[in-house]
Amino acid sequence: MRELSLNILDIAQNSIAAGASLITIEVAENTKAKELTITVSDNGCGMTEEQLNNVLDPFFTTRTTRKVGMGIPLFKLAAEQTGGSLKIESEKGKGTKTSAVFKTDSIDFTPLGDVTSTITILISMNTDRDFIYTRRLDGEGFELSTVQLKEILEGVPLSEPEVVGWMKDYINEQTNILLGGVNQ
Amino acid sequence: MKSLAELQAIKERTLKAMTARNDSEENTRIVVGMATCGIAAGARPVLNAFTEEIARRSLKGVTVSQTGCIGMCQYEPIVEVFVPGQEKVTYVQMSADKVARVVTDHIVNGNIVTEFTVGSVAK
Ligand SMILES: Nc1ncnc2c1ncn2[C@@H]1O[C@H](COP(=O)(O)OP(=O)(O)OP(=O)(O)O)[C@@H](O)[C@H]1O
Ligand code: FES
Ligand SMILES: [Mg+2]
Repeated sequence: MRELSLNILDIAQNSIAAGASLITIEVAENTKAKELTITVSDNGCGMTEEQLNNVLDPFFTTRTTRKVGMGIPLFKLAAEQTGGSLKIESEKGKGTKTSAVFKTDSIDFTPLGDVTSTITILISMNTDRDFIYTRRLDGEGFELSTVQLKEILEGVPLSEPEVVGWMKDYINEQTNILLGGVNQ
Repeated sequence: MKSLAELQAIKERTLKAMTARNDSEENTRIVVGMATCGIAAGARPVLNAFTEEIARRSLKGVTVSQTGCIGMCQYEPIVEVFVPGQEKVTYVQMSADKVARVVTDHIVNGNIVTEFTVGSVAK
């Protein structure tokens, strides 16, 4: 993948496929440790211990259209090639948490890219689910929660173009304030 | 600065306009494949381009959605178009700059863009 934000989009699709009603995405940067951590958590169907053991194997998938699952192995590779790592915790019937640490000073660090686009697509294409997106830089951060947005919007769908535009601008603005001139 | 008050205003404007709308079977559906290989091949900008083009032209009765694996990796990004009462059309190896043509020719004017379909690319 050319951008880590595309991996985020892909890993979150696993949560959608797992039937999650709430998907939490966190992108957290620690400048001192030169680390970026991406975490996708869901309350979907989860995995058995056996499934979980198999999941890092690129030949494991529960999908039927193709024999190999590539999403998690690709995400793991992207993290490991920077000197970081990937961890998955899952419990059948409870949910799954996939978390990857990247060393940002590695020459093999893939840029984050357009996270805003990933988040707005996820939200507008899955208006029946809830998403909480959190962006952190050292101690600071902001959050966008569809639970809160839906309360304000009442019947108006999160896929409404004007609403999507608002979310895009909001995330971009908050990200720029947070990063305050620091490059992504 | 984007504020929640602004979102409130969008809601009020939209609620008024929304009353006559329905998400019925009569809608034209544009479906973008978003499995790992689709995303890696560039499905995200294609999906964005469709939603933007439809919003820009204020087209009614057209929905954009995502699906998982369509089963033809080498042809990703794949887009399926379902016009009510017609056979499904599958566009392959899509890119954001092909989107405007599909919207204008196919969605608006009813002419399939044959050169982007799986039938002609596979030849
Ligand atoms: N969040 C999750 N909840 C439940 N099961 C999961 C989750 N993430 C992954 N899995 C399981 O792990 C398998 C492998 O995931 P992976 O993303 O690598 O491949 P895939 O989704 O099957 O296919 P691809 O991502 O290549 O389109 C999935 O098929 C699914 O069974
Ligand atoms: S895995 Fe490639 S089209 Fe589904
Ligand atoms: Mg996957």
